[in-house]
Amino acid sequence: MGAELGNYKSCISARSTDKELLKRAQDGGIVTSLFAFALDEGIIDGAIVAATKEFAAKNPSKVMMDNSNMDFPEPWRPIPAIVNTKAELIAAAGTKYNISPNVSLIKEATRSFGLDKVGIVGTPCQMQAIRKLQLYPVGARDVGASIALAVGIFCMENFPYQSILQLVEDHAAMKMESVRKMEIGKGKFWVYGKRGQVVQLPLKVTHKYEQPGCHVCLDYVANLGDISTGSVGSPDGWSTVFVRSKIGDSVWAKAMAAGCFETQPIEKVKPGLELVTKLANEKISKNKKTLEARATFGVGKGLRNPYI
Amino acid sequence: MADKITVGYTHLSGCTGCTVALADNYAGLLTLLDRYVDLKYMPTLADARHIQQVDVSFVEGSVCINDKLAVEEIKETREKSAIVVALGGCACYGNITRFSRGGQQNQPAHEAYLPIGDLIKVDVYIPGCAPTPQLIRNVAVMAYLLLKGTKEQKELATAYLKPLMMAADKGTTACFCDLMTNVINQGLCMGCGSCASACPVNAITHEYGKPQGERDLCIKCGACYNQCPRSWFSFDVVSNYEAINEAIMAALQ
Repeated sequence: MGAELGNYKSCISARSTDKELLKRAQDGGIVTSLFAFALDEGIIDGAIVAATKEFAAKNPSKVMMDNSNMDFPEPWRPIPAIVNTKAELIAAAGTKYNISPNVSLIKEATRSFGLDKVGIVGTPCQMQAIRKLQLYPVGARDVGASIALAVGIFCMENFPYQSILQLVEDHAAMKMESVRKMEIGKGKFWVYGKRGQVVQLPLKVTHKYEQPGCHVCLDYVANLGDISTGSVGSPDGWSTVFVRSKIGDSVWAKAMAAGCFETQPIEKVKPGLELVTKLANEKISKNKKTLEARATFGVGKGLRNPYI
Repeated sequence: MADKITVGYTHLSGCTGCTVALADNYAGLLTLLDRYVDLKYMPTLADARHIQQVDVSFVEGSVCINDKLAVEEIKETREKSAIVVALGGCACYGNITRFSRGGQQNQPAHEAYLPIGDLIKVDVYIPGCAPTPQLIRNVAVMAYLLLKGTKEQKELATAYLKPLMMAADKGTTACFCDLMTNVINQGLCMGCGSCASACPVNAITHEYGKPQGERDLCIKCGACYNQCPRSWFSFDVVSNYEAINEAIMAALQ
């Protein structure tokens, strides 16, 4: 087990046994199923997820004030929300491929939302933020111990909303509101329309639209999540799952015992961990180069390196 | 335990919120005092109030440079402490006392306030307004391990405290603008949301995933920048979060 995949106790390929949920899920429905189970069992009493602007407009009590004009429709625009039921989880399911500042709700979740046991899903950088906040709680009084389950998702890079707009409406020539699902896989950016049309863009096209802050990130598979998951490594409709921490191990064991997931050994599936490792190394070495280039960016002057 | 570290608490121009945060460790504070810390002097929580020779002193509040006693106290604190910890936004960065224009009864001439780092060398920052009970606790445990621990414990404490020592070296000003100049302008922001949750006055919201600060609301406490995972981040320490959290909790059992 190499450092590029972080520490983990077990790794499996899994998918939810809830067929209804799978219809709405991005891949194997891991995050949605896990949070639904954790809510049922009282392991968490709410979860911070990336909902959408439509969800926020319908459920104003589940979100915090945002600068957005809520009268202005922006399909696929994520808004961090706190959900307390399976129905709300399902309404928020699926990957949005643009920035959702989920950690912005972590303190308020324990305040006006009244949660004692918070679930949160996020990208690798957001898991880093969560762990920094637990070890160095500068502005997070009494928050760290309330984080009951942090689920990380694999992430190569993220996009600003306007980039997704550009990719979908300009490059893929589809309207945002007509999109059913977006996906990155098999070296392509896929846009699925509600009427069945499918457009694929080579990833080469998407690179210039990536969020610059992602280019210094040295974590692909959310090394600091309690559990982390993503499609890479598993067959279509399944997800690769890393169980990492003691909390993660305990929750995953309970969820398995309750029959939430069907699993296959990761060694038995294609393309398996080999691809995950390859992509993790690609991301990390590319971004290490970016960090090196930043150090000598100017003439005798460089850009800041956040890592110490 | 005989082998406690000696600690003092100097209270300058601060609102006592930092003191309350320390006390809000409840039983944890009692365990700290029982096992690890000999509290030599502290207004509010100890009988002795005057500065003494100690291993570690925590300083709450900024220094009013128009108040001779305050200036003497911060200098004496430095002279008599091996390690000086600036506790809270005011001691670290001036915080709300930056906005003082004087004219307040019964000392209207007390108008100019400086973070302690402008007058003395400070070793460690605990930013935040108020600083959190948990960060105070963590730093106290780590300070104990640094001074009294085994070799491994000393290494852990050094690694843990390093970013807070670097923060003390970095300077005495803080603002939401730090996120602009040192994170966003540097191409480092990835929109996690930490800053907005850290802000004690809700001055930060997000627009399309990036922080926007209501700069008139900002009290210059430094919480947003120091909480940001792209201001400073130590893989050595944070990747080891589970073991460190467990060690701290075990120390306070």
